Amino acid sequence: MSTELDAVLGQRWKKPPLIKRRWLRWTIGIGSLAYLVAAFMTIDVNWARVYEGLDRGAAFILAFTSPDFVSRASDIWEGLLESIIMTVAASVVGIAISIPIGLGAARNIAPLPIYLICRGIVAISRALQEIIVAILLVAIFGFGPLAGFLTLSFATIGFLSKLLAEDIESMDKVQAEAIKASGARWLQWINYGVQPQVMPRLVGLSMYRVDINFRESAILGLVGAGGIGATLNTAFDRYEYDTAAAILILIILIVMSLEYLSGIIRARVQ
Amino acid sequence: MPVYEKEGTKVWQRRTQAESLMRWAAWLTATAVFVYCWQQISEATTWFFVWDAPRIAEDIWTRATPPRWEYITQLGRPIWDTLNIATLGTLIALCFAVPVAFMAARNTTPSATFVRPIALLIIVSTRSINSLIWALLLIAVIGPGVLAGVVAIAIRSIGFCAKLIYEAIEEIDHTQVEAITATGASRWQVMAYGIVPQIAPAFAGVAVFRWDINIRESTVLGLVGAGGIGLQLSSSLNILAWPQVSLILLVILAAVVLSEWVSAKVREAII
Amino acid sequence: MLRLEKLVKTYKTGDQALKSVDLEIPQGQVLALIGPSGAGKSTMIRCINRLVDPTSGQIWLEDTELTSLSSGGLRRKRREMGMIFQEYALVERLTVMENVLSGRLGYVGFWRSFTRRYPQESVDEAFRLLDRVGLLAMADKRADELSGGQRQRVGICRALIQNPKLLLVDEPTASLDPKTSRQIMRLICELCEERGLAAIINIHDVALAKMFVQRVVGLRFGAIEFDGRPEALTPDVLTTIYGEEDWEATIEKVDDEDDDAPTHPEVAAL
Repeated sequence: MSTELDAVLGQRWKKPPLIKRRWLRWTIGIGSLAYLVAAFMTIDVNWARVYEGLDRGAAFILAFTSPDFVSRASDIWEGLLESIIMTVAASVVGIAISIPIGLGAARNIAPLPIYLICRGIVAISRALQEIIVAILLVAIFGFGPLAGFLTLSFATIGFLSKLLAEDIESMDKVQAEAIKASGARWLQWINYGVQPQVMPRLVGLSMYRVDINFRESAILGLVGAGGIGATLNTAFDRYEYDTAAAILILIILIVMSLEYLSGIIRARVQ
Repeated sequence: MPVYEKEGTKVWQRRTQAESLMRWAAWLTATAVFVYCWQQISEATTWFFVWDAPRIAEDIWTRATPPRWEYITQLGRPIWDTLNIATLGTLIALCFAVPVAFMAARNTTPSATFVRPIALLIIVSTRSINSLIWALLLIAVIGPGVLAGVVAIAIRSIGFCAKLIYEAIEEIDHTQVEAITATGASRWQVMAYGIVPQIAPAFAGVAVFRWDINIRESTVLGLVGAGGIGLQLSSSLNILAWPQVSLILLVILAAVVLSEWVSAKVREAII
Repeated sequence: MLRLEKLVKTYKTGDQALKSVDLEIPQGQVLALIGPSGAGKSTMIRCINRLVDPTSGQIWLEDTELTSLSSGGLRRKRREMGMIFQEYALVERLTVMENVLSGRLGYVGFWRSFTRRYPQESVDEAFRLLDRVGLLAMADKRADELSGGQRQRVGICRALIQNPKLLLVDEPTASLDPKTSRQIMRLICELCEERGLAAIINIHDVALAKMFVQRVVGLRFGAIEFDGRPEALTPDVLTTIYGEEDWEATIEKVDDEDDDAPTHPEVAAL
């Protein structure tokens, strides 16, 4: 029996802590606890109001069992159609613009000045949320689906260009170099050396973005940028929970079918 | 790869004629759909405002600059509320997302025919609906305020987190679970020793990732009355106080950049 | 001590992995199970501790019949059977010590195991075992920092701390280099002798098996083809076990098929 063994026998064993330094461990622990307490304390809740609302909450959940698609059918239909139109148009335009920007934002194929400009566009688009962009665009272009369309196109660019650029940056260099070595021009090189490698992922991401665009289009109406959101907001304001439930069910169904569709398309492309 | 003879020489084409025809038809339909969509948007637009847009934009810009810096003293509490909405919302969501994820994963679900579809339904329905809509709904139910924001963020995040966690559970190494089972461990012990350590990194990554998204989302929840800095944004917009609006937008931008930096650092540290 | 009676396992796919196997192992005997992949070696070992439920037949561990046990009774009996795996099957993100102590899970309640407060004698035993296999200094390292041979030693400790009467060993050397393989086999056989354990070692390296064990059982298509002392394993016998062809070639061919053999029905079901 070795001496080290004698030293540990009879000793209590404890799992080594995740954070080695004792003071840091305690600081983080106490700090998070204090934060949580402070956070909970500063939420003012009007419990009377919450209690009052429980009936309405129950009414809303019940409304899901008997959604009313009929009484506001034309509003729902118009709103949904407008949402879909915005989604389609914005996805097409957004994807079309994000491909050149994505190429420009990939360090391995773009020269530095273009790279910086494209990365700048991507950063701005990603930092501003859809709803804030929509508020500004509504202020500038007036109410209506044009503002929503522009918002979604702009958001698509930030999302898709960034992921496309990352994909290009991590692609297999050898394949691209082989095409370059054959004396291809820049466009030919992109077409033969780069495109085949990133295409499947681009298609997958685009489908995913269509899905996101539809979900976002459902809220743009809240600030007057068109789509189903306005109808939904009205339904909530009038406490017409059965209509609201109908709209939410429709949104969920459309998102589910989009996900299903994108699953099929992604499986076919790969 | 069709190759056929034409005037005595072999001609190679990428696609057969039927394939090319199909592709043309598809492109044509797609273009037609896009043109129709654009026409609809165009019809609903007052083009007079659009032509006037550059002037209006310039007008807003001159009014909004410089931002009203001293207004920042009134933003302390809203920023604190925003942070709380995101953090508490994420924590609550994680508490619900973990059991839902275990019920949804094929290898841990108690019943694939009954429980799993319910778990998947919870995931898809909470995920499909934006937190602003949840907030709208909750305000109608429990009244405006921070609580509605916290709950809205929590509900929206359940589906997102549960989806990523259950995918991680389905990818675990099965032999490790088998080894723990073979020692005579109970069902819960197998979970604690065989499954939880394997999904812990994915769980932490998802939590931080979602927290980052939630900071973004909670900055705008106030627009519908669910607390946070969005409330100030909304009221400043209503009184057309553009210098305040620009300051708030700068603060939101800073919060977004900061939270992304924090989440990137934490994820680096974990993985 | 262990007795299999007419053990049959048919997978849902219709593959008959075991066809009425009868086998008896006395106290303290180390037995090597050889045969081509897909012959049912892994299935047999997993049927004994019911990681795989046999279709019919009986398994007697001393005076208890295992196939009819309730889940609680099965857990108590699993404690008496330590298992060692091909790919070590350590929980990689836990420390070496936690992995060893996880062998005691069948003896402690959930809460004690969850808070890692194991009884002192378990902790001492874990240290003794780690010292015995030469890994005492590694106790607080994470399992994925260890080399293959070291991991397998931890796996052995985990099986032994259960205080088993029987070891079930599934291809212990398949992922190791030849030298480490011999060390591990020697270690297992030494420990079995020290503690008077019976063991079933499922192994495809016939030379290695002959070097260490007192008894060899050859399995082919789910039936026992050979049962005897290692010296009796002549090339003729090997031909009957591994098929009509040149049996060395058969081993190589079988290695390719390793993936689709129904040894892991749970994985196949996914």
